Amino acid sequence: MSHPILNVEDVTKTYDGFKAISNLTFYLFKGELRTVIGPNGAGKSTFFDLLTGRAKPDSGTIVFGQNTDLTSMNEYQINRLGIGRKFQTPSVYTDHTVWENLLLSLKGPRGVFATLFSRTTAAQRGRIDELLETIRLGEKRHWLAGQLAHGEKQWLEIGMLLAQEPEVLLVDEPAAGMTDEETARTGELLISLAGKHTIVVVEHDMTFVKQIARDGTVTVLHQGSVLCEGTFDFVQSHPRVREVYLGRGK
Amino acid sequence: MRSERSRFELWFLALFALVILVILPGLNAFTSAASALHVSDFTINLYGKYLCYAVLAISVDLLWGYTGLLSLGQCLFFALGGYAFGMYLMLMIGKLGQYHSNLPDFMVFLGYPRLPAHWVPFRHFWFAALAVMWVPGLVAYIFGFLAFRSRIRGVYFSILTQALTYAACLMFFRNDFTFGGNNGLTDFKFVLGYDLRSAATQRVLYLLTGVLLFATYGFCRWLTSSKFGKVQRAIRDSENRVLFSGYSTPNFKLFVFVVCAVIAGLAGALYVPQVGIINPSEMATDKSLEVIVWVAVGGRGTLIGPIIGAIVVNAIKSWATRAFPDLWLFILGGMFILVVLFLPGGIVSLPERLGELARKFRRARAAVPEPVADSAEAKPAPEPDRT
Repeated sequence: MSHPILNVEDVTKTYDGFKAISNLTFYLFKGELRTVIGPNGAGKSTFFDLLTGRAKPDSGTIVFGQNTDLTSMNEYQINRLGIGRKFQTPSVYTDHTVWENLLLSLKGPRGVFATLFSRTTAAQRGRIDELLETIRLGEKRHWLAGQLAHGEKQWLEIGMLLAQEPEVLLVDEPAAGMTDEETARTGELLISLAGKHTIVVVEHDMTFVKQIARDGTVTVLHQGSVLCEGTFDFVQSHPRVREVYLGRGK
Repeated sequence: MRSERSRFELWFLALFALVILVILPGLNAFTSAASALHVSDFTINLYGKYLCYAVLAISVDLLWGYTGLLSLGQCLFFALGGYAFGMYLMLMIGKLGQYHSNLPDFMVFLGYPRLPAHWVPFRHFWFAALAVMWVPGLVAYIFGFLAFRSRIRGVYFSILTQALTYAACLMFFRNDFTFGGNNGLTDFKFVLGYDLRSAATQRVLYLLTGVLLFATYGFCRWLTSSKFGKVQRAIRDSENRVLFSGYSTPNFKLFVFVVCAVIAGLAGALYVPQVGIINPSEMATDKSLEVIVWVAVGGRGTLIGPIIGAIVVNAIKSWATRAFPDLWLFILGGMFILVVLFLPGGIVSLPERLGELARKFRRARAAVPEPVADSAEAKPAPEPDRT
């Protein structure tokens, strides 16, 4: 395999003496769909916080691409590099229409003065139409995002992420609160995006993980570091994983 | 629905502009004092004050209603604009003061040997006119830069703005701060050579305030309908999503904060020559809180809401402080509570709310006959059972 797109090496993050992430090493390769699982408190959210600049690691390195150090950058700088993040609870602009939500997320200049004098181009409209089709919200384009159902909000946020045309998508529990059918469709959507984008999905729902992981890599986090990594079947049959995570449910 | 409301808003504003900019000053200038249609100089002066407040209220709403930044210190910028222009007016008094000195009275009284250096350029009208904008803008920039960089949000931001205006108020109260201590700046005589006590000068100041109000409205309408405005409201509703979408939310908030400070400064600058005094009490924390009430009563998150709120609440204040001077603060607090509880959209939402109620009422009336018929049939039924 080629050079990883994201190199996380020996990262540690402590909150008030509690090691949320400890000596975590993680490599992500271009085009893959990686699933990250782990019991509550395993450090999944903190891991995303570290990748997106919301939190700074105490030690260790996080490098994007060849040599871009992410630890010295803030949220919007990292986003502009091409790392998009979807939050666990759907975060959309409730007082804007679905269409406007996507417009604000489209890749393009982000400065104060650029937005003051910005005009929507035909190309942008076309792109928004495409996105609306992808996330199946074409008929609701003029709805206020606040009026959408929970599952639709999740999709809208995924659409907003895609609008940014990021290289890496970090998706935090996309299936939370969705019906089985919606979950399955979300899975299909993510699978169709892999390859074009590099995707990391954090998830609890094991049926969903099985659906999207296929023969890709699953990373199991436990107490802030990687417990094991491999295909879904390998991970599922791993004795340590069964002990700390899968075994708990039984 | 939205465009209908916006058309209504434009009609309302056109009518309002006609009354404010043409009819009132016309009736003041061209009718005799004996005429029933005459608008007195006092009224013009009073309305000029209201219009300044309306501009101030728009600046608060652009922060609070559109960006979600509840600033409890907006009167600081209003007062800074007022002081900057007041300094020019002080120096225009010349030797006509109590002490017949070239220095402003309070400086003679406090024993200043000469005019402090930072007062000197305020002899020039153009310098003061610019200072009215850049002084509040600069203070807002420095404070906003620090606050937004440190990610201070929500109620913490509100408390800090309140502390800022309170600190400034205490500073301006000091005699050695060179701005006249608790008496502030007053006893103005001339502006650009025109006598401030003449009705004609006051009328021009009133008209300028009206023009400032409509210009501010137009500017804010443009701003809020641009993509910038969309980002602004997105920050209000989900700041993290905006930040993680590549927008530097601190920069956006800073820009709005500075723009609003400049608008408030301009309003303050036109307020001072019409009221004739500026002192530190204008920066006191309760003044800024009052503005919040105007905006809430008028309708936050709209641009005519704050205009209506500022005028309505101040008109009530003018009447209540004469009729029931002790009760005014209770009335003000009562209005705020009533609006929050029963009319969260403010006065602006009243037509919509009444329409809703009328629809509900009509539906209820339409639904009434059926249950009556049902019960009429149902009633006789149980009786045979009993007998």
